[in-house]
Amino acid sequence: MHPAYSIIFFTVSSGAGFGVLAALGLAAFLGLTPQGGLYWAGFVIGFGLSMAGLVSSTFHLGHPERAWRALSQWRSSWLSREGVLAIVALALAGAFALSLLMGGQGRLLGLLTAAFSLITVYSTSMIYAQLKTVQRWCQPLTPVVFLCFSLAGGALIYAFLAQVFAGGAGVLPTVAALLVFLAWGAKLGWWRRGDTAPVLSTPESATGLGAMGKVRMLEAPHTGGNYLLKEMGYKIGRKHQARLRQIALMLGGIVPVFATLFASWGLWPGLFLLMAVLAFLGGLLAERWLFFAEAEHSVMTYYTRT
Amino acid sequence: MTSLPASTAVKLGLVIDLDTCVGCHACVISCKEWNTGGYGSALADADAYGDAPLGAFLNRVHTFEVKPEEGPATVVHFPKSCLHCDDAPCVTVCPTGASYKRAEDGIVLVNEDACIGCGLCAWACPYGAREMDPVEKVMKKCTLCVDRIYNENIVEEDRIPSCVRTCPAGARHFGDLNDPASAVSELVAARGGFDLMPEQGTGPVNKYLPPRPRTPEPVPDLPDLADLAADARETRAEGFFGWLDRALERL
Repeated sequence: MHPAYSIIFFTVSSGAGFGVLAALGLAAFLGLTPQGGLYWAGFVIGFGLSMAGLVSSTFHLGHPERAWRALSQWRSSWLSREGVLAIVALALAGAFALSLLMGGQGRLLGLLTAAFSLITVYSTSMIYAQLKTVQRWCQPLTPVVFLCFSLAGGALIYAFLAQVFAGGAGVLPTVAALLVFLAWGAKLGWWRRGDTAPVLSTPESATGLGAMGKVRMLEAPHTGGNYLLKEMGYKIGRKHQARLRQIALMLGGIVPVFATLFASWGLWPGLFLLMAVLAFLGGLLAERWLFFAEAEHSVMTYYTRT
Repeated sequence: MTSLPASTAVKLGLVIDLDTCVGCHACVISCKEWNTGGYGSALADADAYGDAPLGAFLNRVHTFEVKPEEGPATVVHFPKSCLHCDDAPCVTVCPTGASYKRAEDGIVLVNEDACIGCGLCAWACPYGAREMDPVEKVMKKCTLCVDRIYNENIVEEDRIPSCVRTCPAGARHFGDLNDPASAVSELVAARGGFDLMPEQGTGPVNKYLPPRPRTPEPVPDLPDLADLAADARETRAEGFFGWLDRALERL
Protein backbone atom coordinates (compact mmCIF):
# COMPACT_ATOMS: atom_id res chain seq x y z
CA MET A 1 0.00 0.00 0.00
CA HIS A 2 1.13 3.53 -0.80
CA PRO A 3 2.58 5.17 2.35
CA ALA A 4 1.14 8.72 2.30
CA TYR A 5 3.25 11.01 4.49
CA SER A 6 0.17 12.78 5.85
CA ILE A 7 -1.29 9.47 7.06
CA ILE A 8 1.99 8.27 8.59
CA PHE A 9 2.30 11.55 10.49
CA PHE A 10 -1.39 11.44 11.44
CA THR A 11 -1.29 7.98 13.02
CA VAL A 12 2.00 8.60 14.87
CA SER A 13 1.22 12.13 16.05
CA SER A 14 -2.41 11.65 17.07
CA GLY A 15 -1.54 8.29 18.66
CA ALA A 16 1.11 9.98 20.84
CA GLY A 17 -1.11 13.01 21.52
CA PHE A 18 -4.05 10.92 22.70
CA GLY A 19 -1.55 8.86 24.71
CA VAL A 20 -0.45 12.03 26.55
CA LEU A 21 -4.08 13.06 27.17
CA ALA A 22 -4.79 9.56 28.48
CA ALA A 23 -1.75 9.79 30.77
CA LEU A 24 -2.92 13.18 32.13
CA GLY A 25 -6.40 11.76 32.69
CA LEU A 26 -5.16 8.61 34.42
CA ALA A 27 -2.82 10.65 36.62
CA ALA A 28 -5.73 12.81 37.79
CA PHE A 29 -7.91 9.74 38.27
CA LEU A 30 -5.24 8.22 40.53
CA GLY A 31 -5.11 11.45 42.55
CA LEU A 32 -1.76 12.61 41.12
CA THR A 33 -3.27 15.81 39.70
CA PRO A 34 -0.91 17.37 37.11
CA GLN A 35 -0.09 20.91 38.23
CA GLY A 36 1.92 23.95 37.17
CA GLY A 37 4.38 23.41 34.34
CA LEU A 38 3.42 19.75 34.02
CA TYR A 39 -0.22 20.76 33.54
CA TRP A 40 0.52 23.38 30.89
CA ALA A 41 3.16 21.43 28.99
CA GLY A 42 1.09 18.24 29.17
CA PHE A 43 -2.05 19.75 27.71
CA VAL A 44 -0.20 21.83 25.09
CA ILE A 45 1.66 18.74 23.85
CA GLY A 46 -1.36 16.44 24.19
CA PHE A 47 -3.69 18.77 22.28
CA GLY A 48 -0.93 19.84 19.89
CA LEU A 49 0.08 16.35 18.78
CA SER A 50 -3.45 14.95 18.53
CA MET A 51 -4.83 17.94 16.64
CA ALA A 52 -1.81 18.25 14.35
CA GLY A 53 -2.35 14.60 13.45
CA LEU A 54 -6.05 15.07 12.75
CA VAL A 55 -5.43 18.13 10.59
CA SER A 56 -2.70 16.27 8.72
CA SER A 57 -5.12 13.43 7.99
CA THR A 58 -7.24 15.78 5.88
CA PHE A 59 -4.28 16.62 3.61
CA HIS A 60 -4.53 13.39 1.63
CA LEU A 61 -8.21 13.97 0.85
CA GLY A 62 -9.29 14.85 -2.68
CA HIS A 63 -11.79 17.34 -1.22
CA PRO A 64 -10.66 18.51 2.27
CA GLU A 65 -13.37 21.19 2.23
CA ARG A 66 -15.97 18.41 2.52
CA ALA A 67 -14.21 16.70 5.46
CA TRP A 68 -17.07 17.59 7.83
CA ARG A 69 -19.25 15.11 5.97
CA ALA A 70 -17.09 12.32 7.37
CA LEU A 71 -18.76 12.75 10.77
CA SER A 72 -22.11 11.46 9.50
CA GLN A 73 -21.70 7.69 9.02
CA TRP A 74 -20.64 6.55 12.50
CA ARG A 75 -23.19 3.73 12.40
CA SER A 76 -21.29 1.82 9.73
CA SER A 77 -17.86 3.38 9.08
CA TRP A 78 -14.79 3.16 11.32
CA LEU A 79 -13.29 6.23 9.62
CA SER A 80 -16.39 8.22 10.53
CA ARG A 81 -16.37 6.84 14.10
CA GLU A 82 -12.73 7.86 14.42
CA GLY A 83 -13.60 11.46 13.51
CA VAL A 84 -16.56 11.63 15.90
CA LEU A 85 -14.68 9.98 18.76
CA ALA A 86 -11.67 12.27 18.30
CA ILE A 87 -13.93 15.30 18.69
CA VAL A 88 -15.62 13.79 21.78
CA ALA A 89 -12.23 12.93 23.31
CA LEU A 90 -10.86 16.42 22.63
CA ALA A 91 -14.00 18.04 24.07
CA LEU A 92 -13.75 15.89 27.20
CA ALA A 93 -10.05 16.71 27.50
CA GLY A 94 -10.91 20.42 27.19
CA ALA A 95 -13.50 20.15 29.98
CA PHE A 96 -11.00 18.15 32.04
CA ALA A 97 -8.28 20.80 31.54
CA LEU A 98 -10.74 23.57 32.52
CA SER A 99 -11.88 21.77 35.64
CA LEU A 100 -8.25 21.35 36.76
CA LEU A 101 -7.59 25.03 36.02
CA MET A 102 -10.48 25.95 38.29
CA GLY A 103 -8.96 23.96 41.11
CA GLY A 104 -10.93 20.72 40.67
CA GLN A 105 -9.56 17.22 41.08
CA GLY A 106 -10.92 16.15 37.68
CA ARG A 107 -11.06 12.47 38.62
CA LEU A 108 -14.19 11.55 36.66
CA LEU A 109 -13.35 13.83 33.71
CA GLY A 110 -9.80 12.48 33.76
CA LEU A 111 -11.02 8.93 33.55
CA LEU A 112 -13.44 9.82 30.73
CA THR A 113 -10.68 11.66 28.85
CA ALA A 114 -8.38 8.65 29.15
CA ALA A 115 -11.13 6.22 28.07
CA PHE A 116 -12.22 8.22 25.02
CA SER A 117 -8.63 8.98 23.99
CA LEU A 118 -7.90 5.26 23.89
CA ILE A 119 -11.20 4.42 22.14
CA THR A 120 -10.24 6.99 19.49
CA VAL A 121 -6.88 5.27 18.95
CA TYR A 122 -8.73 1.95 18.78
CA SER A 123 -11.04 3.27 16.06
CA THR A 124 -8.02 4.60 14.12
CA SER A 125 -6.55 1.11 14.16
CA MET A 126 -9.88 -0.42 13.07
CA ILE A 127 -9.85 1.68 9.86
CA TYR A 128 -6.99 -0.64 8.83
CA ALA A 129 -7.84 -3.78 10.79
CA GLN A 130 -11.30 -4.01 9.17
CA LEU A 131 -9.89 -4.35 5.63
CA LYS A 132 -10.06 -8.00 4.63
CA THR A 133 -8.36 -7.02 1.38
CA VAL A 134 -5.10 -6.27 3.21
CA GLN A 135 -4.34 -9.47 5.02
CA ARG A 136 -1.42 -8.10 7.02
CA TRP A 137 -3.67 -5.45 8.61
CA CYS A 138 -6.73 -7.65 9.12
CA GLN A 139 -5.65 -9.32 12.34
CA PRO A 140 -6.67 -8.92 16.00
CA LEU A 141 -3.17 -7.75 16.96
CA THR A 142 -3.46 -4.56 14.87
CA PRO A 143 -5.56 -2.63 17.47
CA VAL A 144 -3.35 -4.05 20.25
CA VAL A 145 -0.24 -2.68 18.53
CA PHE A 146 -1.79 0.76 17.98
CA LEU A 147 -3.06 0.99 21.56
CA CYS A 148 0.23 -0.18 23.07
CA PHE A 149 2.25 2.31 21.01
CA SER A 150 -0.14 5.12 21.99
CA LEU A 151 0.07 4.26 25.69
CA ALA A 152 3.86 3.85 25.55
CA GLY A 153 4.28 7.20 23.75
CA GLY A 154 1.99 8.93 26.25
CA ALA A 155 3.83 7.42 29.22
CA LEU A 156 7.26 8.36 27.81
CA ILE A 157 6.28 11.97 27.12
CA TYR A 158 4.50 12.29 30.47
CA ALA A 159 7.53 10.87 32.30
CA PHE A 160 9.81 13.37 30.56
CA LEU A 161 7.50 16.29 31.40
CA ALA A 162 7.18 15.15 35.02
CA GLN A 163 10.97 14.96 35.23
CA VAL A 164 11.38 18.49 33.86
CA PHE A 165 8.44 20.28 35.50
CA ALA A 166 7.62 18.27 38.62
CA GLY A 167 11.18 17.66 39.75
CA GLY A 168 11.19 13.90 39.33
CA ALA A 169 9.30 11.19 37.47
CA GLY A 170 9.15 8.53 40.20
CA VAL A 171 8.03 5.16 38.82
CA LEU A 172 6.94 6.69 35.50
CA PRO A 173 10.12 5.80 33.54
CA THR A 174 9.81 2.19 34.65
CA VAL A 175 6.14 2.11 33.63
CA ALA A 176 7.03 3.66 30.28
CA ALA A 177 9.84 1.17 29.68
CA LEU A 178 7.45 -1.69 30.43
CA LEU A 179 4.86 -0.30 27.99
CA VAL A 180 7.47 0.16 25.24
CA PHE A 181 8.60 -3.42 25.83
CA LEU A 182 4.99 -4.68 25.65
CA ALA A 183 4.26 -2.67 22.50
CA TRP A 184 7.23 -4.11 20.65
CA GLY A 185 6.34 -7.60 21.83
CA ALA A 186 2.93 -7.15 20.22
CA LYS A 187 4.52 -5.66 17.11
CA LEU A 188 6.96 -8.56 16.70
CA GLY A 189 4.02 -10.99 17.01
CA TRP A 190 2.14 -8.92 14.43
CA TRP A 191 5.07 -9.09 12.00
CA ARG A 192 5.46 -12.82 12.54
CA ARG A 193 1.80 -13.46 11.89
CA GLY A 194 1.82 -11.23 8.80
CA ASP A 195 4.89 -13.01 7.40
CA THR A 196 3.66 -16.56 7.98
CA ALA A 197 -0.13 -16.49 7.49
CA PRO A 198 -1.27 -18.48 4.42
CA VAL A 199 -2.31 -16.22 1.54
CA LEU A 200 -6.09 -15.63 1.39
CA SER A 201 -6.54 -14.60 -2.25
CA THR A 202 -4.48 -15.86 -5.19
CA PRO A 203 -4.52 -15.23 -8.95
CA GLU A 204 -6.42 -18.53 -9.19
CA SER A 205 -9.19 -17.48 -6.78
CA ALA A 206 -9.24 -13.95 -8.21
CA THR A 207 -9.94 -15.20 -11.75
CA GLY A 208 -11.82 -18.39 -10.80
CA LEU A 209 -9.63 -20.24 -13.31
CA GLY A 210 -7.65 -22.30 -10.77
CA ALA A 211 -9.28 -25.55 -11.90
CA MET A 212 -7.66 -25.09 -15.32
CA GLY A 213 -4.13 -24.56 -14.02
CA LYS A 214 -1.75 -21.94 -12.68
CA VAL A 215 -2.78 -18.38 -13.52
CA ARG A 216 -0.48 -15.49 -14.34
CA MET A 217 -1.01 -12.14 -16.02
CA LEU A 218 0.09 -12.21 -19.63
CA GLU A 219 -0.92 -8.69 -20.59
CA ALA A 220 -1.85 -5.78 -18.33
CA PRO A 221 -5.03 -3.88 -19.19
CA HIS A 222 -3.05 -0.79 -20.19
CA THR A 223 0.57 -0.10 -21.02
CA GLY A 224 0.58 2.93 -18.69
CA GLY A 225 0.14 3.05 -14.92
CA ASN A 226 -3.14 3.45 -13.10
CA TYR A 227 -4.58 4.49 -9.74
CA LEU A 228 -4.72 0.90 -8.48
CA LEU A 229 -1.05 0.25 -9.17
CA LYS A 230 -0.06 3.56 -7.61
CA GLU A 231 -2.19 3.12 -4.50
CA MET A 232 -2.20 -0.66 -3.97
CA GLY A 233 0.84 -1.80 -5.91
CA TYR A 234 3.45 0.04 -3.85
CA LYS A 235 6.42 -2.22 -3.30
CA ILE A 236 9.64 -2.04 -1.34
CA GLY A 237 12.62 -4.32 -1.75
CA ARG A 238 12.89 -7.22 0.68
CA LYS A 239 16.40 -6.04 1.51
CA HIS A 240 15.14 -2.63 2.68
CA GLN A 241 12.27 -4.22 4.56
CA ALA A 242 14.58 -6.18 6.85
CA ARG A 243 16.86 -3.16 7.37
CA LEU A 244 13.93 -0.83 8.11
CA ARG A 245 12.47 -3.26 10.62
CA GLN A 246 15.80 -3.26 12.44
CA ILE A 247 15.95 0.55 12.41
CA ALA A 248 12.37 0.82 13.71
CA LEU A 249 12.98 -1.70 16.48
CA MET A 250 16.30 -0.13 17.46
CA LEU A 251 15.05 3.50 17.51
CA GLY A 252 11.53 2.85 18.72
CA GLY A 253 12.19 -0.02 21.12
CA ILE A 254 15.70 -0.73 22.29
CA VAL A 255 16.95 2.89 22.65
CA PRO A 256 13.85 4.11 24.61
CA VAL A 257 13.88 1.06 26.93
CA PHE A 258 17.55 1.51 27.86
CA ALA A 259 17.28 5.31 28.06
CA THR A 260 14.28 5.14 30.41
CA LEU A 261 16.02 2.52 32.52
CA PHE A 262 19.08 4.79 32.85
CA ALA A 263 16.71 7.64 33.79
CA SER A 264 14.97 5.52 36.40
CA TRP A 265 18.39 4.80 37.93
CA GLY A 266 18.89 8.55 38.27
CA LEU A 267 21.46 8.90 35.48
CA TRP A 268 20.84 12.31 33.79
CA PRO A 269 17.10 11.54 33.90
CA GLY A 270 16.00 14.63 31.93
CA LEU A 271 18.45 14.04 29.09
CA PHE A 272 17.85 10.29 28.85
CA LEU A 273 14.06 10.72 28.93
CA LEU A 274 14.23 13.31 26.15
CA MET A 275 16.38 10.92 24.17
CA ALA A 276 13.85 8.13 24.80
CA VAL A 277 10.95 10.28 23.58
CA LEU A 278 12.70 11.46 20.41
CA ALA A 279 14.05 8.02 19.52
CA PHE A 280 10.63 6.44 20.15
CA LEU A 281 8.81 8.89 17.87
CA GLY A 282 11.48 8.51 15.17
CA GLY A 283 11.28 4.72 15.38
CA LEU A 284 7.50 4.90 15.21
CA LEU A 285 7.65 6.93 11.99
CA ALA A 286 9.75 4.13 10.45
CA GLU A 287 7.39 1.50 11.87
CA ARG A 288 4.35 3.29 10.44
CA TRP A 289 6.02 3.76 7.04
CA LEU A 290 6.58 0.00 6.95
CA PHE A 291 3.00 -0.61 8.13
CA PHE A 292 1.83 0.75 4.78
CA ALA A 293 4.74 -0.17 2.53
CA GLU A 294 4.79 -3.83 3.60
CA ALA A 295 1.04 -4.34 3.26
CA GLU A 296 -0.13 -6.19 0.14
CA HIS A 297 -3.59 -5.76 -1.34
CA SER A 298 -5.67 -8.53 -2.93
CA VAL A 299 -6.15 -6.55 -6.16
CA MET A 300 -2.50 -7.16 -6.98
CA THR A 301 -3.35 -10.82 -7.63
CA TYR A 302 -4.73 -9.53 -10.96
CA TYR A 303 -1.32 -8.08 -11.78
CA THR A 304 0.86 -11.07 -10.85
CA ARG A 305 3.30 -11.89 -13.63
CA THR A 306 5.06 -14.87 -12.06
CA MET B 1 -26.55 6.06 4.41
CA THR B 2 -23.66 3.65 4.04
CA SER B 3 -25.41 0.79 5.78
CA LEU B 4 -26.25 -1.89 3.22
CA PRO B 5 -29.85 -2.78 2.40
CA ALA B 6 -30.83 -6.08 4.08
CA SER B 7 -31.71 -7.50 0.68
CA THR B 8 -32.66 -6.23 -2.73
CA ALA B 9 -35.61 -7.61 -4.71
CA VAL B 10 -33.78 -7.07 -7.99
CA LYS B 11 -30.06 -7.72 -8.44
CA LEU B 12 -28.97 -6.16 -11.68
CA GLY B 13 -25.59 -7.32 -12.84
CA LEU B 14 -23.42 -8.63 -15.64
CA VAL B 15 -22.54 -12.12 -16.74
CA ILE B 16 -19.21 -12.24 -18.52
CA ASP B 17 -18.37 -15.17 -20.76
CA LEU B 18 -14.64 -15.91 -20.59
CA ASP B 19 -15.08 -18.49 -23.35
CA THR B 20 -16.34 -15.92 -25.83
CA CYS B 21 -14.34 -12.80 -24.96
CA VAL B 22 -11.76 -12.10 -27.65
CA GLY B 23 -9.95 -9.38 -25.71
CA CYS B 24 -10.71 -6.57 -28.17
CA HIS B 25 -11.17 -3.92 -25.40
CA ALA B 26 -14.22 -2.48 -27.21
CA CYS B 27 -16.13 -2.59 -23.89
CA VAL B 28 -13.35 -0.58 -22.22
CA ILE B 29 -13.54 2.12 -24.87
CA SER B 30 -17.33 2.30 -25.02
CA CYS B 31 -17.45 2.45 -21.21
CA LYS B 32 -14.93 5.29 -21.15
CA GLU B 33 -16.81 7.14 -23.88
CA TRP B 34 -20.27 6.81 -22.30
CA ASN B 35 -19.12 7.65 -18.78
CA THR B 36 -17.13 10.65 -19.93
CA GLY B 37 -20.34 12.25 -21.13
CA GLY B 38 -22.84 10.62 -18.79
CA TYR B 39 -23.45 10.24 -15.06
CA GLY B 40 -21.33 12.47 -12.80
CA SER B 41 -18.18 14.32 -13.74
CA ALA B 42 -16.20 13.40 -16.84
CA LEU B 43 -14.06 10.27 -16.56
CA ALA B 44 -10.74 12.05 -16.83
CA ASP B 45 -7.25 11.32 -18.08
CA ALA B 46 -4.12 13.01 -16.79
CA ASP B 47 -1.14 13.61 -19.07
CA ALA B 48 -3.00 11.81 -21.87
CA TYR B 49 -0.36 12.52 -24.53
CA GLY B 50 2.66 12.80 -22.23
CA ASP B 51 5.24 10.40 -20.88
CA ALA B 52 3.16 8.96 -18.06
CA PRO B 53 -0.52 8.95 -19.05
CA LEU B 54 -2.88 8.01 -16.22
CA GLY B 55 -6.59 7.66 -16.72
CA ALA B 56 -9.58 6.54 -14.72
CA PHE B 57 -11.36 3.50 -16.17
CA LEU B 58 -14.42 1.70 -14.84
CA ASN B 59 -13.74 -1.43 -16.86
CA ARG B 60 -10.39 -2.99 -17.71
CA VAL B 61 -9.52 -6.12 -19.67
CA HIS B 62 -6.66 -8.24 -18.35
CA THR B 63 -5.19 -11.16 -20.27
CA PHE B 64 -4.14 -14.22 -18.31
CA GLU B 65 -2.17 -17.30 -19.15
CA VAL B 66 -3.52 -20.46 -17.51
CA LYS B 67 -0.97 -23.24 -17.45
CA PRO B 68 -2.08 -26.76 -16.56
CA GLU B 69 0.29 -29.34 -15.05
CA GLU B 70 0.64 -30.90 -18.48
CA GLY B 71 -0.14 -29.69 -21.95
CA PRO B 72 -0.26 -26.27 -23.54
CA ALA B 73 -1.35 -23.10 -21.72
CA THR B 74 -4.63 -21.35 -22.42
CA VAL B 75 -4.92 -17.60 -22.93
CA VAL B 76 -7.99 -16.09 -21.27
CA HIS B 77 -9.14 -12.50 -21.79
CA PHE B 78 -10.70 -11.20 -18.62
CA PRO B 79 -12.85 -8.05 -18.45
CA LYS B 80 -13.20 -6.72 -14.91
CA SER B 81 -15.52 -4.03 -13.57
CA CYS B 82 -17.57 -3.47 -10.40
CA LEU B 83 -19.35 -6.67 -9.33
CA HIS B 84 -22.11 -4.79 -7.42
CA CYS B 85 -21.60 -7.06 -4.39
CA ASP B 86 -24.43 -8.01 -2.04
CA ASP B 87 -22.13 -7.39 0.92
CA ALA B 88 -20.15 -4.53 -0.59
CA PRO B 89 -17.26 -3.59 1.74
CA CYS B 90 -16.66 -0.36 -0.23
CA VAL B 91 -20.05 0.95 0.90
CA THR B 92 -19.80 0.34 4.64
CA VAL B 93 -16.33 1.89 5.01
CA CYS B 94 -17.44 5.20 3.43
CA PRO B 95 -17.35 7.92 6.12
CA THR B 96 -19.61 10.40 4.32
CA GLY B 97 -22.46 8.34 2.92
CA ALA B 98 -21.33 9.09 -0.64
CA SER B 99 -21.14 5.35 -1.41
CA TYR B 100 -24.42 3.50 -1.36
CA LYS B 101 -26.16 0.40 -2.63
CA ARG B 102 -29.62 0.95 -4.08
CA ALA B 103 -32.34 -1.06 -2.37
CA GLU B 104 -34.47 -1.19 -5.54
CA ASP B 105 -31.99 -2.81 -7.95
CA GLY B 106 -28.76 -3.46 -6.03
CA ILE B 107 -26.60 -1.06 -8.05
CA VAL B 108 -23.65 0.36 -6.06
CA LEU B 109 -23.19 4.07 -6.76
CA VAL B 110 -21.17 7.08 -5.59
CA ASN B 111 -22.75 10.46 -4.91
CA GLU B 112 -19.84 12.53 -6.18
CA ASP B 113 -20.98 15.72 -4.44
CA ALA B 114 -20.56 14.04 -1.04
CA CYS B 115 -17.29 12.20 -1.81
CA ILE B 116 -14.25 13.58 0.05
CA GLY B 117 -11.81 11.50 -1.99
CA CYS B 118 -10.30 9.66 0.97
CA GLY B 119 -9.80 6.50 -1.10
CA LEU B 120 -10.78 4.08 1.68
CA CYS B 121 -13.47 2.43 -0.50
CA ALA B 122 -10.81 1.62 -3.12
CA TRP B 123 -8.75 -0.01 -0.36
CA ALA B 124 -11.78 -1.99 0.82
CA CYS B 125 -12.62 -3.38 -2.64
CA PRO B 126 -10.73 -6.64 -3.29
CA TYR B 127 -11.26 -6.39 -7.06
CA GLY B 128 -9.88 -2.95 -7.84
CA ALA B 129 -13.24 -1.79 -9.16
CA ARG B 130 -12.91 1.77 -7.88
CA GLU B 131 -10.52 4.38 -9.17
CA MET B 132 -9.95 7.97 -8.08
CA ASP B 133 -10.56 10.45 -10.86
CA PRO B 134 -7.20 12.16 -11.47
CA VAL B 135 -8.82 15.53 -12.19
CA GLU B 136 -12.03 15.66 -10.14
CA LYS B 137 -10.48 13.85 -7.12
CA VAL B 138 -13.66 11.90 -6.43
CA MET B 139 -14.14 8.14 -6.54
CA LYS B 140 -15.33 6.67 -9.82
CA LYS B 141 -16.90 3.30 -10.39
CA CYS B 142 -19.15 1.34 -12.75
CA THR B 143 -22.74 2.60 -12.50
CA LEU B 144 -24.08 -0.31 -14.54
CA CYS B 145 -24.99 2.57 -16.88
CA VAL B 146 -27.80 3.64 -14.59
CA ASP B 147 -28.27 6.59 -16.98
CA ARG B 148 -28.95 4.21 -19.91
CA ILE B 149 -30.88 1.28 -18.50
CA TYR B 150 -33.88 3.36 -17.33
CA ASN B 151 -33.50 6.07 -19.98
CA GLU B 152 -36.70 6.50 -21.97
CA ASN B 153 -35.08 9.05 -24.28
CA ILE B 154 -33.07 6.36 -26.06
CA VAL B 155 -34.37 3.45 -28.13
CA GLU B 156 -35.19 0.33 -26.19
CA GLU B 157 -32.34 -1.86 -27.47
CA ASP B 158 -29.87 0.72 -26.15
CA ARG B 159 -31.24 0.48 -22.59
CA ILE B 160 -28.49 -1.87 -21.48
CA PRO B 161 -25.00 -1.03 -20.21
CA SER B 162 -22.72 0.44 -22.84
CA CYS B 163 -20.20 -2.42 -22.56
CA VAL B 164 -22.91 -5.02 -23.18
CA ARG B 165 -24.35 -3.09 -26.14
CA THR B 166 -20.90 -2.76 -27.68
CA CYS B 167 -19.39 -6.23 -27.23
CA PRO B 168 -18.96 -7.60 -30.76
CA ALA B 169 -18.51 -11.17 -29.50
CA GLY B 170 -21.61 -11.32 -27.31
CA ALA B 171 -19.47 -12.07 -24.29
CA ARG B 172 -21.34 -9.73 -21.94
CA HIS B 173 -24.89 -10.20 -20.68
CA PHE B 174 -27.03 -7.95 -18.50
CA GLY B 175 -30.06 -8.77 -16.38
CA ASP B 176 -31.61 -9.54 -13.01
CA LEU B 177 -29.55 -12.22 -11.30
CA ASN B 178 -32.07 -12.50 -8.47
CA ASP B 179 -34.74 -13.82 -10.85
CA PRO B 180 -34.06 -17.52 -11.50
CA ALA B 181 -36.10 -17.35 -14.72
CA SER B 182 -34.10 -14.48 -16.26
CA ALA B 183 -31.87 -15.17 -19.26
CA VAL B 184 -28.73 -14.32 -17.27
CA SER B 185 -29.66 -16.64 -14.39
CA GLU B 186 -30.34 -19.47 -16.85
CA LEU B 187 -27.02 -18.81 -18.52
CA VAL B 188 -25.22 -18.94 -15.16
CA ALA B 189 -26.98 -22.20 -14.27
CA ALA B 190 -26.28 -23.81 -17.66
CA ARG B 191 -22.64 -22.82 -17.89
CA GLY B 192 -21.57 -23.07 -14.25
CA GLY B 193 -21.09 -19.34 -13.59
CA PHE B 194 -18.83 -18.52 -10.65
CA ASP B 195 -17.89 -15.73 -8.24
CA LEU B 196 -14.52 -13.98 -8.13
CA MET B 197 -12.63 -14.26 -4.81
CA PRO B 198 -15.45 -16.00 -2.90
CA GLU B 199 -13.09 -16.14 0.11
CA GLN B 200 -13.42 -12.37 0.55
CA GLY B 201 -17.10 -12.80 1.49
CA THR B 202 -18.34 -9.95 -0.69
CA GLY B 203 -21.16 -11.87 -2.39
CA PRO B 204 -20.59 -10.47 -5.89
CA VAL B 205 -23.69 -10.20 -8.10
CA ASN B 206 -21.76 -10.31 -11.40
CA LYS B 207 -20.89 -13.82 -12.51
CA TYR B 208 -18.21 -15.20 -14.82
CA LEU B 209 -18.66 -18.15 -17.19
CA PRO B 210 -15.63 -20.45 -17.50
CA PRO B 211 -13.88 -21.14 -20.81
CA ARG B 212 -15.25 -24.34 -22.39
CA PRO B 213 -12.87 -27.32 -22.39
CA ARG B 214 -10.50 -27.35 -25.32
CA THR B 215 -10.92 -29.80 -28.21
CA PRO B 216 -9.39 -32.96 -26.73
CA GLU B 217 -8.04 -34.51 -29.98
CA PRO B 218 -5.76 -32.71 -32.41
CA VAL B 219 -7.55 -31.19 -35.38
CA PRO B 220 -7.97 -33.93 -38.08
CA ASP B 221 -5.62 -33.79 -41.07
CA LEU B 222 -6.91 -31.50 -43.78
CA PRO B 223 -6.43 -32.21 -47.50
CA ASP B 224 -3.47 -30.54 -49.14
CA LEU B 225 -4.35 -27.01 -50.27
CA ALA B 226 -2.41 -27.42 -53.54
CA ASP B 227 -4.59 -30.43 -54.47
CA LEU B 228 -7.72 -28.45 -53.71
CA ALA B 229 -6.50 -25.65 -55.95
CA ALA B 230 -5.76 -28.09 -58.77
CA ASP B 231 -9.26 -29.57 -58.45
CA ALA B 232 -10.80 -26.13 -58.56
CA ARG B 233 -8.97 -25.39 -61.81
CA GLU B 234 -10.61 -28.46 -63.41
CA THR B 235 -14.16 -27.34 -62.70
CA ARG B 236 -15.71 -25.57 -65.65
CA ALA B 237 -17.46 -22.28 -65.22
CA GLU B 238 -21.18 -22.24 -65.96
CA GLY B 239 -23.78 -19.68 -67.04
CA PHE B 240 -22.75 -16.47 -68.75
CA PHE B 241 -19.09 -16.84 -67.75
CA GLY B 242 -19.17 -20.44 -68.95
CA TRP B 243 -20.47 -19.33 -72.37
CA LEU B 244 -17.91 -16.53 -72.46
CA ASP B 245 -15.18 -19.00 -71.57
CA ARG B 246 -16.21 -21.42 -74.31
CA ALA B 247 -16.72 -18.63 -76.85
CA LEU B 248 -13.28 -17.20 -76.22
CA GLU B 249 -11.68 -20.64 -76.49
CA ARG B 250 -13.34 -21.13 -79.87
CA LEU B 251 -11.97 -17.91 -81.28
